[in-house]
Amino acid sequence: MIDGSRPSRMSRRSLLVSTAALLVTGAAARARTITQGMPWEPGTASPPLQVRAGPWMFFTPDEAATVEAAVDRLIPPDERGPGGKDAGCAVYIDRQLAGPYGVGAGLYLRPPFMPGVASQGYQSPDMPAARYRAGLKALADYVKATFAGKAFRDLASADQDQVLSGLETGKIALKDVNGAQFFALLLQNTQEGFFADPVYGGNKDMAGWKLVGFPGARYDYRDWVERYNEKYPLPPVGIMGRSDWTVKE
Amino acid sequence: MARKLPRKDVVVVGLGWTGSILAYELAKQGLDVIAIERGPWRDTATDFPPGYAQDELRYGVRLDLFLRPQQETLTVRNNMKQTALPIRSFSGFLPGNGVGGAGVHWNGQTWRFLPSDFNLRSHLEQRYGADKIPADMTIQDWPVSYDELESYYDRFEKLAGISGKAGNLNGQKQAGGNPFEGWRSSEYPTPPLKQNYGSALFAEAAQKLGYSPFPRPSANISEAYTNPLGIRMGQCTYCGFCERFGCGNYAKASPQVCVLPALMRMPNFSVQTESEVTKINLDSTGKRATGVTYVDTSGEEWEQPADIVLVCAFSLFNVRLMLLSGIGKPYDPVSGKGVVGRNYAYQTTSGVSMILKDKILNSFIATGSGGMMIDEFNGDNFDHKDLGFFGGGYMGSGQTGARPITTLPVPKGTPKWGAQWKKAAAETYSSGYGISTHGSSYSYRDCYLDLDPTYKDHFGRPLMRMTFDFHDNEIKMSQFLTDRLAEIAKALDPVEMTASPRKGPWNSTIYQTTHNTGGTVMGADPETSVVNRYCQSWDVSNVFVPGGASVFPQNHGYNPTGTVGALAYWTADAIKDRYLKNPGPLV
Amino acid sequence: MMNRSLAAAALLISFTGSAFAQDPQSFDRVERGRYLAVLGDCAGCHTAPGGAPFAGGLALETPFGKLVAPNITPDRETGIGNLTDDEFVAALHEGRSHNGKRLYPAMPYPAYTKMTEDDVRAMRSYFKTVAPVSNAVIANQLPFPLNIRLALVFWNWLNFAPGRYQPNPQKSSEWNRGAYIVEGPAHCGTCHTPKTLLGGDKTGTPLAGATLQGWFAPNITTDNHKGVGSWSKEDLVQYLKTGANSFTLASGPMSEAITHSTSQMSDADIAAIATYLKDSGAGGGSKPTPVAAGDNAMRAGAAIYKDGCAACHKDNGGGEAQLFPKLAGSALVQSDDPTTLAHVVLSGTRAVSTVGAPTAPAMPAFDWRLTDAQVAAVLTYIRNSWGNAAAAVPASAVADQRTSLAKTP
Repeated sequence: MIDGSRPSRMSRRSLLVSTAALLVTGAAARARTITQGMPWEPGTASPPLQVRAGPWMFFTPDEAATVEAAVDRLIPPDERGPGGKDAGCAVYIDRQLAGPYGVGAGLYLRPPFMPGVASQGYQSPDMPAARYRAGLKALADYVKATFAGKAFRDLASADQDQVLSGLETGKIALKDVNGAQFFALLLQNTQEGFFADPVYGGNKDMAGWKLVGFPGARYDYRDWVERYNEKYPLPPVGIMGRSDWTVKE
Repeated sequence: MARKLPRKDVVVVGLGWTGSILAYELAKQGLDVIAIERGPWRDTATDFPPGYAQDELRYGVRLDLFLRPQQETLTVRNNMKQTALPIRSFSGFLPGNGVGGAGVHWNGQTWRFLPSDFNLRSHLEQRYGADKIPADMTIQDWPVSYDELESYYDRFEKLAGISGKAGNLNGQKQAGGNPFEGWRSSEYPTPPLKQNYGSALFAEAAQKLGYSPFPRPSANISEAYTNPLGIRMGQCTYCGFCERFGCGNYAKASPQVCVLPALMRMPNFSVQTESEVTKINLDSTGKRATGVTYVDTSGEEWEQPADIVLVCAFSLFNVRLMLLSGIGKPYDPVSGKGVVGRNYAYQTTSGVSMILKDKILNSFIATGSGGMMIDEFNGDNFDHKDLGFFGGGYMGSGQTGARPITTLPVPKGTPKWGAQWKKAAAETYSSGYGISTHGSSYSYRDCYLDLDPTYKDHFGRPLMRMTFDFHDNEIKMSQFLTDRLAEIAKALDPVEMTASPRKGPWNSTIYQTTHNTGGTVMGADPETSVVNRYCQSWDVSNVFVPGGASVFPQNHGYNPTGTVGALAYWTADAIKDRYLKNPGPLV
Repeated sequence: MMNRSLAAAALLISFTGSAFAQDPQSFDRVERGRYLAVLGDCAGCHTAPGGAPFAGGLALETPFGKLVAPNITPDRETGIGNLTDDEFVAALHEGRSHNGKRLYPAMPYPAYTKMTEDDVRAMRSYFKTVAPVSNAVIANQLPFPLNIRLALVFWNWLNFAPGRYQPNPQKSSEWNRGAYIVEGPAHCGTCHTPKTLLGGDKTGTPLAGATLQGWFAPNITTDNHKGVGSWSKEDLVQYLKTGANSFTLASGPMSEAITHSTSQMSDADIAAIATYLKDSGAGGGSKPTPVAAGDNAMRAGAAIYKDGCAACHKDNGGGEAQLFPKLAGSALVQSDDPTTLAHVVLSGTRAVSTVGAPTAPAMPAFDWRLTDAQVAAVLTYIRNSWGNAAAAVPASAVADQRTSLAKTP
């Protein structure tokens, strides 16, 4: 009848367990011996930290201007709503690159680095932050050389589209950088920023979710699962809420 | 030099589904049990509460709950001529990490294999002739039958509160259930989930074509439920955040929801988290395990002596631990000799995507294992005589959510960005629709796992190497299944549709499934299996691999977890009723 | 392992007073004492988490300062090994320790005084058999002048009425047994009876709810609105036995009382307690006028509730039996004092795990997600929806709770 025994009664066994726990916690920072019940502590949520407005954390001002111009072509503003820039996609990318994502935290980065076939996946030691730095530099050089010394942000929209399209298809070759791979990374991150929770700096005012009709961080659709062919009525909500959560004065 | 800890009766490597079930069953016998888990403790309210569990970027894209490749990865190649390279960032399949294992982030699709799956080779030989099975196809019979496992399937389903509708109760066909399933001794513990619009449309179209659609058995459950351990589960809210996410309201079966509250109350059980087992230790005869060695987060090495070692990690890592510990002869694909690493298999999936006319699908209203399915083309439920392949799968509508970073349908030919893309994304999101097939992956002589000659992990141990590609049999099967699926899609009268049958080569960067099977397969013959019918090592009788998918001799047309759970209970009973009374080889 | 039926039988004997003459260290008597220590929840205070049984416990944060439950093992130096049996009785009946030293009323002698002398002596017999542990505890960590025990003479004069429980001949023996346990050993009023400024019981309103240690111990009278009037006897029994019923789950300090005490009580005693509580008050209880749905806080609260709470507690506030507390009709939700509500929303809480209800689901912390005004709004909403009615919660009350939670890690 182990189930019925009182957890507060110390048995020889549990003493042994506690001893082992002491040994281990004495030696290790994080390894834990857990026994005698489900551990739980109050106030231990680990929510995402709200990205704050403010200076760029990764990009230089020039890089930021290029990225802001680019995300606004990848997702242009129109009558349906804001484009990538006003939705905060560049801010999102900046904060991501300044964080663990930028340095490839947690990835397998041991050598040797050898080129493989496509089915084996990405095999370069360059992580996103380094790829942006190199890619934006090569892009700036290309634009400067091709458009009479101009920067990408100063090009006409049509020219910007042409440059982006050239990268995407491989028609434009950047120096020492695989343009198509860099474009794919930029596009992927831009769309992430447009559709990720606003807490990460993009999807401002839930513009991305409103565009497609995704209700966001909702957690209960029991009342709507069998309402076939009817538009879901509630507005999107973010992890940090929505405007209706504010008590009006 | 490892520091030695006090002896335990049982050491469990990995605290996921199989580890927690075995630990509970054996601790209940009064045995002193310790589980050693590489990842962190995870608990519903602390680690994935309903306030931020629904964060697509964190969990769905940055894969917060998953194993970091830095901790462990493997090298991959499509054939023996290629040089295998490491998976540097997981994307094709996603191993779990931490207490609960893959049971935390799974979708909850909980099936039983077909009775004829368990005697696959003899069944096919009998029906079609031995000469019809390709020479390099190394499929074999399971050493256990469906009839033997039935009560163990039942126990796992009751543990997890599975929602569904029986199609065969003790041999009696039941309307509304799967008419092809093996006999069931009891109805599902909870009734089927509600179906969203897309699934209702699929069921209607399938029925029109003469098929028998039924609700997919689901571990996201339809109503609150108390399992036989006295543990209470909640009702699924159709939030659409199952795969890659932990469930914030106790509605998706997982070790933390279904087992740990009872297990953790036992004073003779403890779990050592964030500690990685590096080796199973053997005595000087090599015939008996003395325990395991593990390393904690500070790098300190510990020896945990134990009388019984249970290998309960994710299937791929079970295989690697056996290889690194020198238990069982490694498989050599050239000679065909050896067993550890043999018969690695995967899963063959495909889909048809559509845009429906004037439909508001609200596809974000979903659960990981909801949906309506048909089973007419699974296993040997249909005549394979003139088809040129064996195997099959189930198919149906089972959208698991419509989280927009990863799910953003647009019409064919739409540019990937710019004004047109934006317009298309806005207009298609509510009417884009996908249905899919989920098929078998049989085993072959040249699909296997071994230790990589070049790449090492952070302890300096070799990574495991995977050599795998789809064979013609699977490519043909996928074409056939996808054609049948496309016929149903057509009946939905879509604006447009795209069928994508599986093609080679297998690509480790495109997510298909995490159903990696084989490598420590169970069998009746030690020449072609690593463990016997009780999941006990043929070579070291106090080591068991209790039911991880690594014991599957080949992979069948269903998701593996139901069978994994059944085998966990099967092994627990074998240890309790047989091994403890008379320790030694059970076969 | 204790034998419940044996213990229950022993109790019946005790109640009729016929066991007085037996050998003080006989098995039956020691077992009865052990069971009385369960009824009295001695371990709840005198055993620290992970510590040796009864070797001294957690610090109790009282409104007046810190008191640590002393070592009550028979260790001669640091425990109560030197106490005579009479001194033990005096401690429980009169709040006097060794050499007449006065005990602080955190030790619930104002309740234990109701226990029969025979029960107290049986308890003493049990404590003689506990393994002695050397563990010096500095019990009194109160600030001046409260650290002067002489002040307790005054306190006792005001608040302490010594004397044994007097059965009510108008009531059944089960009712009397329940009353004896509730008022005596189980000392329910220590937490649940409102306190005077000096920490004494407000004797006019027994069990009507009180705040302590950052939690509100709810009204457990039959008041239909603020109490447990809507609970059946079976609901009460299930709650005390398992910590969970179809209305709610125990957490906070009550989860300790359930773990160490009520879940270990005999079925007969739990039934007796339920019988007494169902018949202990006037019933009735009036509802205030609910806050209007159009109120700004109510509107914000409704949005927060729909988006953040309904996935567990449901749109209709119905919750899920034994998993997510029912908010509609809940006495705790409508109590005058929103301390527990704010506490739970801010820092979360875990339900107790018992043999009968092992799940122990937890409410997550929302301090990171909601401002004080938002917590206040959603609390005001749940207190005034689905037929509930209670005063609006001011943001300042949430702010106070947030501040005090930050101080106690």
